[in-house]
Amino acid sequence: MNLTLKIWRQPDAATTGSMHTYEVDDVSEDMSFLEMLDVLNEQLNAKGEEPIAFDSDCREGICGMCGLMINGEAHGPVTTTTCQLHMRSFTDGETITIEPWRSDAFPVVKDLVVDRGAFDRIIQQGGFISVNTGSAPEAHAVPVPRDDAMRAFNVATCIGCGACVAACPNGSASLFIGAKITHLGELPQGQPERDSRVVNMVAQHDHEGFGGCTNIGECAAACPKEIPLDVISQLNKDLRTAIRHGH
Amino acid sequence: MTDMPDTTLTSHPSHDSPLEVDTDDAVDYYTPGAPIGDTKAPDGPINERWQTRKFEARLVNPANRRKLSVIIVGTGLAGASAAATLGEAGYVVKSFCYQDSPRRAHSIAAQGGINAAKNYKEDGDSVHRLFYDTVKGGDYRSRESNVYRLAEVSTSIIDQCVAQGVPFAREYGGLLDNRSFGGVQVSRTFYARGQTGQQLLIGAYQALERQVAAGTVETFTRHEMLEVIVVDDGDTSRARGIIARDMVTGEIETHLADVVVLASGGYGNVFYLSTNAMGCNVTAAWRAHRKGAYMANPCYTQIHPTCIPVSGAHQSKLTLMSESLRNDGRMWVPRTKADCEKDPRSIAEEDRDYFLERIYPSFGNLVPRDIASRAAKNMCDEGRGVGPEVDGVRRGVYLDFADAIARLGKDGVEEKYDNLLDMYERITGENPYEVPMRIYPAVHYVMGGLWVDYDLQSSIPGLFVTGEANFSDHGANRLGASALMQGLADGYFVLPHTIRDYLADGPFEKVDEDHPAVLEARSAVEKRIEHFLTVNGTRSVDSYHRELGHIMWEYCGMERTEDGLKKAIDLIRTLRDDFNRNLKVLGTADSLNQSLEKAGRVADFIELGELMCIDALNRRESCGGHFRAESQTEDGEALRHDDQYAYVAAWEFAGGEAGTMGKPVLHKEHLVYTAIEMKQRSYK
Ligand SMILES: Cc1cc2nc3c(=O)[nH]c(=O)nc-3n(C[C@H](O)[C@H](O)[C@H](O)COP(=O)(O)OP(=O)(O)OC[C@H]3O[C@@H](n4cnc5c(N)ncnc54)[C@H](O)[C@@H]3O)c2cc1C
Ligand code: SF4
Ligand code: FES
Repeated sequence: MNLTLKIWRQPDAATTGSMHTYEVDDVSEDMSFLEMLDVLNEQLNAKGEEPIAFDSDCREGICGMCGLMINGEAHGPVTTTTCQLHMRSFTDGETITIEPWRSDAFPVVKDLVVDRGAFDRIIQQGGFISVNTGSAPEAHAVPVPRDDAMRAFNVATCIGCGACVAACPNGSASLFIGAKITHLGELPQGQPERDSRVVNMVAQHDHEGFGGCTNIGECAAACPKEIPLDVISQLNKDLRTAIRHGH
Repeated sequence: MTDMPDTTLTSHPSHDSPLEVDTDDAVDYYTPGAPIGDTKAPDGPINERWQTRKFEARLVNPANRRKLSVIIVGTGLAGASAAATLGEAGYVVKSFCYQDSPRRAHSIAAQGGINAAKNYKEDGDSVHRLFYDTVKGGDYRSRESNVYRLAEVSTSIIDQCVAQGVPFAREYGGLLDNRSFGGVQVSRTFYARGQTGQQLLIGAYQALERQVAAGTVETFTRHEMLEVIVVDDGDTSRARGIIARDMVTGEIETHLADVVVLASGGYGNVFYLSTNAMGCNVTAAWRAHRKGAYMANPCYTQIHPTCIPVSGAHQSKLTLMSESLRNDGRMWVPRTKADCEKDPRSIAEEDRDYFLERIYPSFGNLVPRDIASRAAKNMCDEGRGVGPEVDGVRRGVYLDFADAIARLGKDGVEEKYDNLLDMYERITGENPYEVPMRIYPAVHYVMGGLWVDYDLQSSIPGLFVTGEANFSDHGANRLGASALMQGLADGYFVLPHTIRDYLADGPFEKVDEDHPAVLEARSAVEKRIEHFLTVNGTRSVDSYHRELGHIMWEYCGMERTEDGLKKAIDLIRTLRDDFNRNLKVLGTADSLNQSLEKAGRVADFIELGELMCIDALNRRESCGGHFRAESQTEDGEALRHDDQYAYVAAWEFAGGEAGTMGKPVLHKEHLVYTAIEMKQRSYK
């Protein structure tokens, strides 16, 4: 198929960017979306035009490195990551708009690449269990009910891609934090630091410039790992409990 | 997969007999060097060596640790675990990765699980059995004291991860569940659905970020290490730092420390297409190699039989489908070429060739990875492959679930394989419940890597290497679920003890940023970048990478021959010349420039590719995951030669004219087994 692409180009964080139009021909439906961009980049390189910068690494939906706004939707029309989106989801002759994540907390680095360092800084404020190497008790010392372990696992599958933030009209990262709070909060090992964790992570979230949550739900709809919206209720509940405990 | 029976010991003794090779196909390509050996593992019974070494390794008092600095390149399981642990101990740690967050290291993609000798199932597992299985799985080409230690510390890994909140699969009673995986008869694999690597890495990443908050670890993301700094301080040359490029600003930075750790992962991407992430590279290891670190067994590559086949020339990476699919799927190809284009459902039962069941009646579809991979390739080479033609050949075989669906029902299959079949459908657009899946082998893991001693120190003092980047534990073939174990063993439990013995001599004399060794390393990096940007030729980096991958896959892949390898070396040398003269990299040095990043990686892959071929040429035996056509039994099975090749091939960089590879120097480490007997595998 032949496609028209409208792509955001921006040389660096300091320079303003704009949309550019490219034609790409002979796209096969078996290509992934990023392979289609690879093909375009080869063509640009051959013409002496600098290739378009975009992030990806695993290309199998697990590292969270990729992420594009495709026709206004985070990761495009299918519930998956950008790297797992295939061209069979598009039609011949279509025009596709491709932009980077848009959020004050994720500044554009170049073209379609953004800086998601804010997520790491949120984790630094409590997204862990404090246990030094070598000090752990025998793994079977504390049984964990199977359902709790499963729920913890289901939300621990968050890949930190940032689609939730990009999709949210407020630019909130509540789904991302809620997933971490719930993952650690479901497990007995996570209890001792439960209150401080939520308070500190939320404080860092606000400090980074992410917006507040008004329960719109776009985040969960865009999340490639289908993290459910109820982790945000859990987040709010944990926050209230922590405040009641005097945090 | 099922365990393989041992046949009786081949006549070759494993002790101290000199290793004389009959024919050395590589004789014109290398220079023989002095033998080497590991000097760090204590003597004595194998089960006491690690305890002895830990006791003998000198301590560093807590007040001094704050004066000692450690650079760790890599934030995968091996790097993040080491950074967190050394930070907790109070050392000053700098951690580097090329991704935008430490959490994205390639370990995140590991699916199946992690082994540990917990014996929770009371099925006869033990440290000794895990040790035995690993040495045997590696076809007797790993160092036994390292492997024993790996098995020994495996149990602590699970304790540590559970305490960190890693949500492993559990049974109804709340205890941890295990499964059997990758060539063993006991259930010792811990898992978190199909995302074990992700969960383990997030655990290590969180421990790392906790140390960032505590001020002991500083992270440098989107930083690529491009050179190691080796300083001669009068009596010893020591690794004292790295040169890294800030991938956003392009700035070339000098980072100095008392010790450097490389945890930079594997180099499977030398084949261009592999199951590795796009950025996986050999640059960190190769730059160290060029500075004196020996590269061991570079030709040892693991090829995984069940990956989704290439769909066209645009293919950028390959996706692994769990090995467990072979428990229920049956592999077949049409009996005749004429049927290869047909809808598989229309091919009658008697016109199908269930080739694994035919050739290996007792193990059938459950033969080990290398055997299944080679058989599938042979079918396609015969012209009986299926799926789309890419470059004139159909490279795919069927993995058919029809019988399993008839037996277990569609729901049964779906429950057992979770989202795997959906993932297949998303990638290929075909529904595997209706049409047989197509699979083909792909490069998955490298057992080769930088040579290290028992302390995980390379041949450059002060340069330690952990995880997939080193060579030590898996011999010529790795068991499933053992790479995650090794990464975490190295980072949490081994390196923190062995590195302190080295650091006990520090802090080392301060090195200034204008020290000649620093300036030399910096200028080498700057010159290389300048070169890539000014060649101004006509070909893109990717086109060279693809061509290199093609050469490697064709001649240094599953099956190797003397003629093929020699041809490959010629082709690689020609490719290298062209790369130097005709490369086209646009953009600038002082901004994010992905083509420039790739150019450096591909340049190093080209050199590595040549060394891999020389190594493969030298090793005229079939062993582990690789097959030398000149070394097979009468019925075409792999034939190992313990009398000639029971050594680790540790290559020293020589360097020839005009920056060529020259003739690398081969140092042999003779492998001696005291706790285990060497046996040949058999699968028929
Ligand atoms: C698809 C897949 C599935 C797998 N499944 C399993 C499994 O089920 N069980 C199992 O045991 N093993 C499995 N493996 C193997 C296992 O995942 C890897 O061997 C292991 O995770 C490697 O860990 P590592 O820490 O050594 O390296 P990696 O995780 O690869 O990390 C490398 C790190 O080095 C950094 N780096 C590299 N080069 C540079 C540079 N020049 N400058 C700066 N930083 C650099 C990267 O940024 C990264 O942080 C699988 C592998 C693949 C590909
Ligand atoms: S919650 Fe979902 S969308 Fe948000 S970072 Fe995690 S995986 Fe991405
Ligand atoms: S590239 Fe890793 S999730 Fe898309």
